[in-house]
Order: sequence, then structure tokens, then C-alpha cells
Amino acid sequence: MNILVIVIPLAVIIGLLFVTGFIWAAKKGQFDDLVSPAHRILLDDLKENKNKKGNKK
Amino acid sequence: MTASQEKVKVTYDDQIVRMFFHATLFWAFAAFAAGVWIAFELAVWQLNLNTEWLTFGRLRPLHTNAAIFAFAGNAIFAGIYHSSQRLLKTRMFSDTLSKIHFWGWQLIILAAAITLPLGFTQSKEYAELEWPIDIAVTLIWVVFAINFFGTLARRREKHMYVAIWFYIATIVTVAVLYIVNNIALPTSIAHSYPVYAGIQDALVQWWYGHNAVAFFLTTPFLGLMYYYVPKAANRPVYSYRLSIIHFWALVFIYIWAGPHHLLYTALPDWAQTLGMIFSLMLWAPSWGGMINGLLTLRGAWHLLRTEPVIKFMVAALTFYGMSTFEGPLLSIKSVSALGHYTDWIVGHVHSGTLGWNGFLTFAMIYYLVPKLWKTELYSKKLATTHFWIGLLGTLLYYISMVVAGITQGGMWRAVNEQGQLVYPDFVETVTQIIPLYYVRGIGGALYLIGFLLLLYNVYKSISMATEKPTDEVAEVINTNVKSEDIGTGHRKLEGMATAFTVLTLIAILVGSVIEIIPTLSLHKYVRSDVQVEPWTPLELAGRDIYVREGCYTCHSQMIRKMPSEVLRYGPASTIEESMYNRPFQWGSKRTGPDLARVGGKYPDTWHYRHMINPREIVKDSIMPNYPWLAQEKIDYYSLRKKLSIMKYLGVPYDDDTVANADLVAGRQAQEIADGLIEFGAPEEVRNKEIIALIAYLQALGQKGGLSKEDKEGDSE
Repeated sequence: MNILVIVIPLAVIIGLLFVTGFIWAAKKGQFDDLVSPAHRILLDDLKENKNKKGNKK
Repeated sequence: MTASQEKVKVTYDDQIVRMFFHATLFWAFAAFAAGVWIAFELAVWQLNLNTEWLTFGRLRPLHTNAAIFAFAGNAIFAGIYHSSQRLLKTRMFSDTLSKIHFWGWQLIILAAAITLPLGFTQSKEYAELEWPIDIAVTLIWVVFAINFFGTLARRREKHMYVAIWFYIATIVTVAVLYIVNNIALPTSIAHSYPVYAGIQDALVQWWYGHNAVAFFLTTPFLGLMYYYVPKAANRPVYSYRLSIIHFWALVFIYIWAGPHHLLYTALPDWAQTLGMIFSLMLWAPSWGGMINGLLTLRGAWHLLRTEPVIKFMVAALTFYGMSTFEGPLLSIKSVSALGHYTDWIVGHVHSGTLGWNGFLTFAMIYYLVPKLWKTELYSKKLATTHFWIGLLGTLLYYISMVVAGITQGGMWRAVNEQGQLVYPDFVETVTQIIPLYYVRGIGGALYLIGFLLLLYNVYKSISMATEKPTDEVAEVINTNVKSEDIGTGHRKLEGMATAFTVLTLIAILVGSVIEIIPTLSLHKYVRSDVQVEPWTPLELAGRDIYVREGCYTCHSQMIRKMPSEVLRYGPASTIEESMYNRPFQWGSKRTGPDLARVGGKYPDTWHYRHMINPREIVKDSIMPNYPWLAQEKIDYYSLRKKLSIMKYLGVPYDDDTVANADLVAGRQAQEIADGLIEFGAPEEVRNKEIIALIAYLQALGQKGGLSKEDKEGDSE
């Protein structure tokens, strides 16, 4: 049963890992911009879409 | 994009994506076909074709491993390799590592497909593979991690899109979970005992098992969802802010929920409650993710009418929502009391795997084929047909299993006014749901047929391509993500440092765990006045056969603290009873009755006849015959080694028993064989595996571990 001694701290460590990761990421400015990242992933296909529009439908 | 606006050409490695794509299709067929086969084995017991390699007990791990690590695994890798390069605006870190990752993973799957039917198993669900394969998995996972983090370091896009976050969580957490759960001491190249025993093993296993669902079947697929749904709908995700909250909340909470697989067991109550509460909390982030995915389609709902890709995505998200609603529901103790060990859980899992993982993968496949082969989808109509057949199959599967589970769960606990079980014969509760096993099998078969349509569609689409598939070349802005902070020279180095840190962390965790665990003892929760005998050498040999045959896939060894269970099986199982059990055999499903106290219940000849042909004893039994157990010889030779490892792990065997394990076992086997032969068994039965198995079964519940109060049935 003492495995709880391992698993609970391990869960805490993994949890803390994510919290640290979050703080680090937030400080790095990963979440400063909450609008353009969502749009940006669509951009790389714009050219391609234009080209393909004809044969897509 | 604050740095220079200079543009560079990037060639994405699409070849590796195509390779993982093919592997996904190949293993999907294997996983689905195995699933359909074993589904029908529960309706028609003869379907193992009287061979040991095709019994439910051995094929069930094959099916789950194929579905999770082969089908879902390859799909994840295909999606991650495709989307990460585009999200990070760079080619994968190393083509060589990509190839090692690919071929290493396929070899691992091949090894699993060979060893599992042969009965080489650790019997821990989704972690059945024996230690040499575990090491290979770990190495290949590290290769994948280096490749991924290396790519991350070379990225030309400072902001990491939310999908990337989900991929990172997957890579890091799966490594920790997999390594910790698989720490074992080998007794041979093909066999090992876990360092954890009994309740420890159970807790670590379900901490792993639940998070295998969380970090292998949820987080990577959410990452894929956050990339492919917006791409397919050509709309930005509904709320980027919500996706960030979704990510951090989900990964933080999920890791705690494992104990909900062990409610009402011998696990201390506080750990059960902890697991239940965190499971309930998961409702919020899960539904946040589902809503975010579905609302991404705002203003694009018309696509649902015409685009099969969108159909699959919407259905996948809906199934994600349903199964993440049902999961916390089943984690509530009183609901678990009814649902646990029944087919309801099987239904729940498959609404997640067939509906969520399967459909999202199909959507990804239909989306990727035209892009990867510069062609068009051969037939949208066929894809739509696939969608409806697959949906029908999934629903038939799910509904039949929920009905079967609640029916059987209700029958198990039905107690009349005199305080007696209404259905004392377990088999009554089985025959009741056999028709539903057929329905489930048909549901699975439909799902497989739908997939065959996909295969045909993909094949035709690829053969329509006019040019050879090439790597996509994109023109991207050459952003130096580190230029503001450090400068060009450090970029690569720092990127490697990140990977290095992650690996170090894993190493530290593993090192600590290996070091700490053997030094811990069980004494805290073990009552000092309760005595437990370890298994005799012959019983241990029998136990290893029990594990090999996958008996745990249908029989539990954990009587829960509930009146109806105590009435049916005897006093609730205690912590002490499984304290020497490596691996634990609590099981998670009762297709047959619990066996925790089967010892001494029937004579040896009963077991002998029952193993040869269960229907000779129980007319309507759906258990297959196990005639080979009466033909194969007991492996006495390995017993000394096995006992010495058990002793090393803290099982109180005396030196004499260890040194003469084979002789001690032989003597006990002779006694049992004498008895069997007296009652008409053939002389050849001597020294056969069935003797060892009978010794083990007769010892179940007979080794102590109950206090006086426990025995009086004072469990509620």
C-alpha cells in the first residue's frame, strides 16, 4: 500500500511539472496573443487553396 | 514575427507521414478484425478453434494493444509528424530518427503480435508486453522525444499552437507512466515479476491504465483535433483562450483519476475518494474541449451536410463529449458499484475508442489522402457510407453493451426478501446477455466493413494520383525564435537542452522509483494479527499459467465490500490476501464469476473436468475448453529462479523451499495427480500444467489474510 508514497508524490510532481510548464510558457509570451495563433495555422494553405479551388468542388 | 521578413523554402518530410499513414491502415485492420473475432468468441465459445493461441484470454490483450499502440499509435504519429512540421514551420529534426521511430515502432508491434498469442504477458492491462519489448518501447519513445523536441527547437514560429502543447504533454507523461508501471525483475527472457505486489501493483497499474487513456488516447487526439478541425472547416478554433485553459486543466487533473478503477476494493477509502473527486472534476475541461471543437464549426455547419471529413469530426467530438460525461459518472462510487466488472465499462471504452479515436482518425485520413498524394478523394459518397455504417456499428456496440452491463449488474446484486441472491448461479446472468453479445459482434463487424470501404476509397484515391508523391515545399518567413533572447549560435544548443532536460527528468524519476520501492514495506496497511502464507512452488507455477492464459480477462479476484458480493463470493477481499501477488490478478471484468475464494469450493476432479470441458459441469458455460493444459508439462525447471526472485522481492520463502522448489512442487503435483487418477483421470495427467493450475485454484482464498471479523462476513 505504501506505493501511495510513490504514486501520490509522482502525481504531484507531474502536476507541478505542468504548472511550472504553464508559468514558463506564460512568461515566455506563449499566451500573450490569443487571437492570431488560431488564424495563423490556416494561413499556410491560402495559396494552395486558391490554386485548388477549381478542382476541389 | 518580429525578426527579419526574409523568406526561406522549407521541405516538409511527408514521406514519413505517408509511412505512418500506411501503418495506421494496416494495423487498424488487424486491431478491428481481432476485436470482431473475440467479440464473437463470447457468443460462440468454439471460436478459439480449439487452439491455445486464439483464446479470448490471449487475444484480448492482442486486440487492446493493437488498437491502442498500433492503430491509434501510428495515427497519432502520422498526425503529429504532419501537423508539427507545418505548425512549427520546419522539417522534422532528423530524418534518420524519424525512420528509426517508424521501423522501431512497427517491430515492437510485430513482437507484440507474436508474443501475446504465445502467452508471454505481464497481465497488466495495456502493459502486457514483457520486459524486453518494454525496453524497446522506451528506447523508441526516447527517439521520438528527441526528434520532436529537436524540431521544436528549430521552429520558425515563436508561438506554439495549442496542438503542440498537447503533443508535449503526451510525450512526457507517457514516458513516465510507461516506465514506472513496467518496472519488473526478469526471471527469463520471456517472463518477469513486477516489483510491486498486490494492492501496490493494482494502484500503479490503474494509475497507468487510466492515464494511458488520458495521455495516449486523449491528449494526442485533442492535439490532432485542434489542428485538423480548424483546417478542415477552414475556420479558426472557436476560442483559443478556452483551448489553453482546456489543456492545462485537463493535463493537471487527469493524472489523479486512476483509483476510480478500484472503487469498493481493498484500496483504502481515502484513495478511492481522491480518484472519484478528480474524475468528477474532469467533466469541466473535457466538455470545454468538446464545445471548443464543435463551435469551431460555427458558420460552417453547412459542411456537415456535404463533407464526410466534417461528419466524422463532429461525430468524434460528440462521442468524446459522451464518453467524458459517462466516465466521471461511472467514477461515482454508487454508479461504479453497478457498472464495474460489467460490459457497461466495455461499452464506455468503445464509445471512446470507436467513436472518438476511430472517427477522428478516419477524418484525418480522408483529409490527408488528397494532400499527401496530390490527388482527390475518390468518392465522397463512399466515405459518407462509411460514416453511416461506422456510426451504426458504434451505436449497436455501445447500446448493446450498456444494456448488457446494467442487466447483468442488476442480476448480480438482486437479493430477495429472505436476503438471498435471486440469481445464485452466475451462468444465469451470462445466458441472459448472450443475445447482446451477438449484437455487439455485429456492431463491431459493421465498423470493420465501414473501414474496408475506407481502405478501398484510399486505394482508389491514391491510384488516381497523376504524379509521384513528393514532399511539400513551403515558403516561410525565416523567424529566428531565439534571436531576441540569445542569438543564433545558441538556438540549436538550447533546443537540445530542452530535450536533454526532459530526458534527465525521466531518468531521475526512474532512478528514484527503482531505488525507493524495494526499501518500502507493506507493513503500514497490513494488519499485524493477520497471517498470510505465500504460494507453494506448485501453486506459483499454476499462478503463472493462470496469468499466461489471461484468465484475468474474464475472472476477477477481488470481492468488493458490497452485501451482494459477500453473499455470492464470501467475505470481501483484504489487502493482506494479495500482498505476495505479483502481478496482482484483481481483474477488471467478470465474464465469468470472481475466483478470489474459489479454493476448496469444489473437488480437484471438478476443476479437472471443468478445464477439459466446462460444459460438462456448467451446461451453458461460454468458457472455452483448455485441453492443452492436460498435455503440456509443468515447467519445474524455472521454479527455483522464480522463487528466489520472489524471495528477493520480500516474499517469506525459506531457503530450503527455494533451493528445492522443483522437488517440493513435484511432490505436491504427485498428490494431486494421484487423487485425479483415482477418480478416473488418465495416467498421462501426471506433471501436466493442469495439475499446477488446480493447485493454484484450490489455494485461492485459502492462504489466510482474513481476520476473525472478516470471516464472520462483517463487511458492511
